[in-house]
Amino acid sequence: MAKISLIVNGNPVTANVDPRTLLVQFLRENLRLTGTHVGCDTSQCGACVVHLDGKAVKSCTTLAVMADGHEVRTIEGLAADGAPLHPMQEAFRENHGLQCGFCTPGMIMTAVDLVHRKGHDLGDHTIREELEGNLCRCTGYQNIVLSIAAGAKAMANSDLA
Amino acid sequence: MYEFKYHRPATVRQAANLLLKNEDAKLIAGGHTLLPVMKQRLASPPHLVDLSHIDGLGGIEIKGRSLVIGATAKHAEVATSAIVGEALPALAELASLIGDPAVRHKGTIGGSLANNDPTADYPAAVMALGATIVTNKRRLKPEEFFQGLFTTALEPDEIITKVMFPIAKKAAYIKFRNQASRYALVGVFVAKRPSDVRFAVTGAGADGVFRVTAFEEALSKRFNSKALDGIHVHAEGLNSDLHGSAEYRAHLIGVLAKRAVDAANGKA
Repeated sequence: MAKISLIVNGNPVTANVDPRTLLVQFLRENLRLTGTHVGCDTSQCGACVVHLDGKAVKSCTTLAVMADGHEVRTIEGLAADGAPLHPMQEAFRENHGLQCGFCTPGMIMTAVDLVHRKGHDLGDHTIREELEGNLCRCTGYQNIVLSIAAGAKAMANSDLA
Repeated sequence: MYEFKYHRPATVRQAANLLLKNEDAKLIAGGHTLLPVMKQRLASPPHLVDLSHIDGLGGIEIKGRSLVIGATAKHAEVATSAIVGEALPALAELASLIGDPAVRHKGTIGGSLANNDPTADYPAAVMALGATIVTNKRRLKPEEFFQGLFTTALEPDEIITKVMFPIAKKAAYIKFRNQASRYALVGVFVAKRPSDVRFAVTGAGADGVFRVTAFEEALSKRFNSKALDGIHVHAEGLNSDLHGSAEYRAHLIGVLAKRAVDAANGKA
């Protein structure tokens, strides 16, 4: 077993884990943060995207021990319980950016990372290119793209990053 | 995934000692090839040696006439580095085409080279630019380093520390993706260097990355896509699979070569 200490959604967490524990397993099974999903489990679909030190990564292809000493943010960390949604979440709701919803947490975490890197004015082409690593099996891309463009703009006028 | 013991050395020397002491130990940096393979139980290293806590293994800098990239530099860092963008924009472009944004936040140049996947992008740049691969033991030229599918000259306790790219006058990388995997079905890198032209192909060779000397000779005389008219690559020695026959890949190399030369000449 390996002892790890990390910050998850602003809270310090310490645990003993088997080194082969994936970050997504640790989040879901140890911390019960089940908003992060496992889709393909082969780093292709992006349902498991979380932020590690502020950057989007696939938590199915990261060991929990590799997050030791780092900061993790999951979909649950975007807005506080009971508080208004994060602007990107709100934009997905407004624009019907989800159908079954399975890919949504990963889509939103990828979208927020994209805004952090490329700003608030995102063109269609940029968004589609940046969604290379996120798959929606409902094929709801049209509204996902609309949602991300709207969410990116809304984030400019929000306190939530 | 099978059980393993996890090690976190603070220096390259410690990492090399761990490799020497533990047979079949594997290095891990970004883990974006190794972890999927371990999850499928195609690999079961009893020891993992994590390089991500070693200081000074990931920087990007210009030294003399070379661009020096540390082994644990992430694809996203190479893609967005102002230094790379200035010195070798074709290399930044290549890095921006690897995987997807989340993969680029974790995958490293050293990991990609040590793995030597025949469809990886970086080997084409290293081969065409004539980069030097620096390890904890020695310096290797690409022709010595790449030794076939998933095979390199690296010894069991040898660790890539950096890659030194001589700055080319002009260069370009053109990638033709497999539509499903998004890996390079064929990727070509052309580099006009101060004294010669080098041209390397990834994705197509049955033995991994290779150079096309006929293209190099023609382009050394005249660095123009027209110089390649009538020169063909033979299908012999190329991959043939459900994604494309060897003949198709040979044809693609010729087409992409012209596009690469045009791109290097600023004619997109």
